[in-house]
Amino acid sequence: MFTLESGSGFWNPLIWILIVFIAFLLFYGIRGFGKNIHKKGTEQTKAFLSGNKESAPEDMHVKASNLYWGFTTSMKALYAGLRKMHTGNTSDYILWFVVVLAVLFIIFGVM
Amino acid sequence: MTLEEILIQHSPALVIAIPLLSAFLMPLISRINAKLRNVFAIAMLGLTGCFIWLLATDVLTSGPRVYIFGAKNLTIPVVRILFEVDSIGIFMAIITIMLAIIAVIYSWSFMNEQDGLDKYYTLLLLLVTSALGMEFTGDIFNFFVFLEISCIASCALIAFWVTEGEALEAAFKYIVVSAIGALFVLFAIGVLYAQYDALNIATLAQALQYTFLDKIVLILLLVVLGMKAGLAPMHMWLPDAYGRAPPSVTLIIISATLASFYGVLRVIFTLYGNVLTTSMRFDFPLHVIIGWVLIVLAIVSILIGVIMALIQSDFMRLIGYTAVAEVGYMFLAIGTTVAALGAPYATVALQGGILHLLNDAIDIGLLFLVAGAIYYVTKKRSLDDIGGLARTMKYTTVFFIVALLAVAGMPPLNGFTSKFLIYESVYQLNPILSIVAILCSILLLAIFIKVLYAAFLGPELPALKDVKEAPKSMLLAMGLFAGLAILIGLFPNLFIDTLVKPAADALLNHAQYITMVIGGI
Repeated sequence: MFTLESGSGFWNPLIWILIVFIAFLLFYGIRGFGKNIHKKGTEQTKAFLSGNKESAPEDMHVKASNLYWGFTTSMKALYAGLRKMHTGNTSDYILWFVVVLAVLFIIFGVM
Repeated sequence: MTLEEILIQHSPALVIAIPLLSAFLMPLISRINAKLRNVFAIAMLGLTGCFIWLLATDVLTSGPRVYIFGAKNLTIPVVRILFEVDSIGIFMAIITIMLAIIAVIYSWSFMNEQDGLDKYYTLLLLLVTSALGMEFTGDIFNFFVFLEISCIASCALIAFWVTEGEALEAAFKYIVVSAIGALFVLFAIGVLYAQYDALNIATLAQALQYTFLDKIVLILLLVVLGMKAGLAPMHMWLPDAYGRAPPSVTLIIISATLASFYGVLRVIFTLYGNVLTTSMRFDFPLHVIIGWVLIVLAIVSILIGVIMALIQSDFMRLIGYTAVAEVGYMFLAIGTTVAALGAPYATVALQGGILHLLNDAIDIGLLFLVAGAIYYVTKKRSLDDIGGLARTMKYTTVFFIVALLAVAGMPPLNGFTSKFLIYESVYQLNPILSIVAILCSILLLAIFIKVLYAAFLGPELPALKDVKEAPKSMLLAMGLFAGLAILIGLFPNLFIDTLVKPAADALLNHAQYITMVIGGI
């Protein structure tokens, strides 16, 4: 009931949950060796921004568009091509349909 | 005959008749009372679900069922339609009715303040009828009729928020793409009818010779149904439509999209099942060519889906692109099955692909409901305008995390189970394909981690200070999906043994389908 066979391997969610649980216990145990020196509401908990003034929390929230900036910038050429493909023009939607039809006609025609 | 036996006997007709008649009764019921309208919608879908359940128990224990509308004997020229219900049809019907019931529960609160709800529920029931019809019919022209009903009802529902210009634009694009696709389907059916003087799928499958015209029909049906299922590079209508329709509507459109995917399965495995091993030029069997064509389109879909989803800031549009990638995974599994037809891992790939149909409906459906809940309480679509919602929307956050992990294929949720079967089988066909699929799954995780951070984590935004948790009916709908995602993840064999394996067998054993229907005639 729990073991899923794929012919070349298997998957058992219960074993996975057991391993995660053991890992959690291990982490918790290791955490217990640490010293509790954290004091709430003191200088200790303030962010150090190289001497700059801390902005309001809402101003420090990184917007969704800015996340993965590095990835999207390094993939600029790919994204330029994909953006060009997604014109939002209905004629282009039909054009892609015709292109796929034509390619398949050629493949099946040749074969 | 007992009452139960009579009900089981007529259940294929009742499964279609109940939502269809309810759709036409809806404007009348709506005039009486809004609450009665809501109760009526869920009751009729519940009743349809009961008949699907009855039919499922019968089909899974006694084999496929043939139901004839019209004359029993073919002694005189008559108009008649055959419904053929096998395990794959039942599997699809279960997905459709599950999505419909959850959509209606969600709509109670989500659509509460909208006008024109009589039309909304009428169209919703019509869309459910069309999807169920596509899944049960054994007649290819009848399939076209249901496909057309689905196109028209979907278009009207996508444009439901008629005051938003972009909703109208998305609906316009959808109807243009669908109408052109439907015309090609009609043309393909005409070619088949002209050649074989038949419209019944089993009769056509038996008579099919794979002539030059049959080649054209195969390509037309594959491309049109692929486009309707959201296969790249013909996917562009999908993020537009999914992104602009009310999320409850998107759930039903997902079922119509999956019905088109089912159409692809029927065309390949049943209609062309007898000729798949035909040897082509250079000694390539037909199934290898079809399989690799599907695999290439599937990989393109996965790549375009995840890469484009990464840069979206509109939450619903982002999920739309993710849905394209998920459709890619299903086509990858089916392509592998067809390319490696006869190999042991081909069956595993098919089972993975079929299970992924169910998982896609649950995971993508849940994501849309979460996006809808955020839109409901904040009236914002862009991820740039929201943040810190986990403070006020605790349950929605938990449901989103479940959806995030499930759609990214993280254990122990349902998405992992089907992707595990897909990766393992695809790896045996070509390891590179499997690696690409796994990498894209990791990218999917990255995409939704971005959403988690942008929408739910971070500081509380002053503009969203008064935001409250989504209403109870919406939470219930999301909870049902989340529960199913966990249940399938923890007990995969429960679903695979009872539903997925019989569905895969029904597709692979096309000779049984033909014999059953021809015998039934």
